[in-house]
Amino acid sequence: MILAQADEPLVEPEWVMRNLDRIGERLVEHAYLTVLAVGIGLAICIPLGILAYRHRRIYPPVTWLAGFLYTIPSLALFAFLTAYTGLTTLTAEIGLVSYTLLILIRNVVAGLDSVPLDTKESARAMGYTDRQLLLKVELPLALPVILAGVRVATVTTIGLVTVTSLIGKGGLGFFILQGMRRFFNTPIVVGAVLSVLLAVSADLALLGLQKAATPWARNRARTA
Amino acid sequence: MGVIGEAIQWLTDPVNWAGDGGIPHRMLEHMEISGLTVLAAALIAIPAGLAIGHSGRGRFLVVSLSNVGRAIPSFAILALALPITIKLGLGLGFWPTFFALFALAVPPILTNTYVGVAEVDRDLVEAARGMGMADGQILRRLELRLAAPVIMVGLRTAAVEVVATATLAALVAWGGLGRFIIDGFAVRDDARILGGAILVAVLAIATELVLGGVERLARPRTVSVRA
Repeated sequence: MILAQADEPLVEPEWVMRNLDRIGERLVEHAYLTVLAVGIGLAICIPLGILAYRHRRIYPPVTWLAGFLYTIPSLALFAFLTAYTGLTTLTAEIGLVSYTLLILIRNVVAGLDSVPLDTKESARAMGYTDRQLLLKVELPLALPVILAGVRVATVTTIGLVTVTSLIGKGGLGFFILQGMRRFFNTPIVVGAVLSVLLAVSADLALLGLQKAATPWARNRARTA
Repeated sequence: MGVIGEAIQWLTDPVNWAGDGGIPHRMLEHMEISGLTVLAAALIAIPAGLAIGHSGRGRFLVVSLSNVGRAIPSFAILALALPITIKLGLGLGFWPTFFALFALAVPPILTNTYVGVAEVDRDLVEAARGMGMADGQILRRLELRLAAPVIMVGLRTAAVEVVATATLAALVAWGGLGRFIIDGFAVRDDARILGGAILVAVLAIATELVLGGVERLARPRTVSVRA
């Protein structure tokens, strides 16, 4: 089996043509798992980040916890969770969301921190309430840094989704695992190349969004 | 307690601590391949990063390498290394794992070395030059020392990622702690999966903490540096 592979071409176009439907389905699954994870991550990190920004004492323990989750190897975390939630989308999402938290929370707080004090004081002097200040001044000005975090989280998540193939999900990772198990190059290359392309296009799309949403910050966006 | 109890039982069963398939041997295998790849990556990436940071040439290479590096899933790198090492006649096990982990470890070390050197205050470099230091001396005695904490952050990032990803090496027939998880999956043995997961997590966190300590030691004592 291994010897036969020595002369095997890297990609067999016939296999790709025969499996176009399945490739499409897995691509959609990959995007879906990613969007869901980053969306839930943001839903957790924006309120938590605002809270940590206002009550500084809770920031260190929050980042410590998020950092702890981030350090746990993905395969170990998925393996751990299957003992409780089985081979389900829930298992995949708990793991994927855990890995977005550190990046997102840091960038939400860093983004809010980057709002100049003068700007906030001017807004106050104009009679803005706390709520107006947050929604109309702080969050919009923090947006470039928050979106920079969303980009990193999205690219990382797209990579991690491939690992969830081991718990029966995986999007394009399904093909990578299938290829590894059968010593068949074509699905490995298809899965790997498409997930890289997905990551790069998501990154570029978010970069476009970041630029469109913050026309005043074109030269200031940071990738913290 | 349920599964956790079973996992603790698995972890404390002397049977699992003996022989080539035992916990100590798997742990050593895991540390061996992780250590070797990080060392190899550091030997290539630190000199390259120093040269690029010192001369300012090749910046584009570093930026694109670190961006692309982040976009490629480590799982995919490992899978792609497999056909390549088989083509080269290096087979399964050690080499595909080594190449995959190496590719994973280079970008953070290279980027941090470059950034560390490039961020050294240009006035200090000018002053050193004014004192008659040669390029090599500036690099060794000034830039390398001031960049050391940032380089250490890169090494730590790389090491933790490598330890985590080495778990997947069990898929290409290398040992390490991933064996317990992958084999546990194969026979649906939750205690073994969970026990393996706990061991890998402990090793990754220990790597993070130990290298974090080394990083504090690497900080120059008389100067303050932005890390």
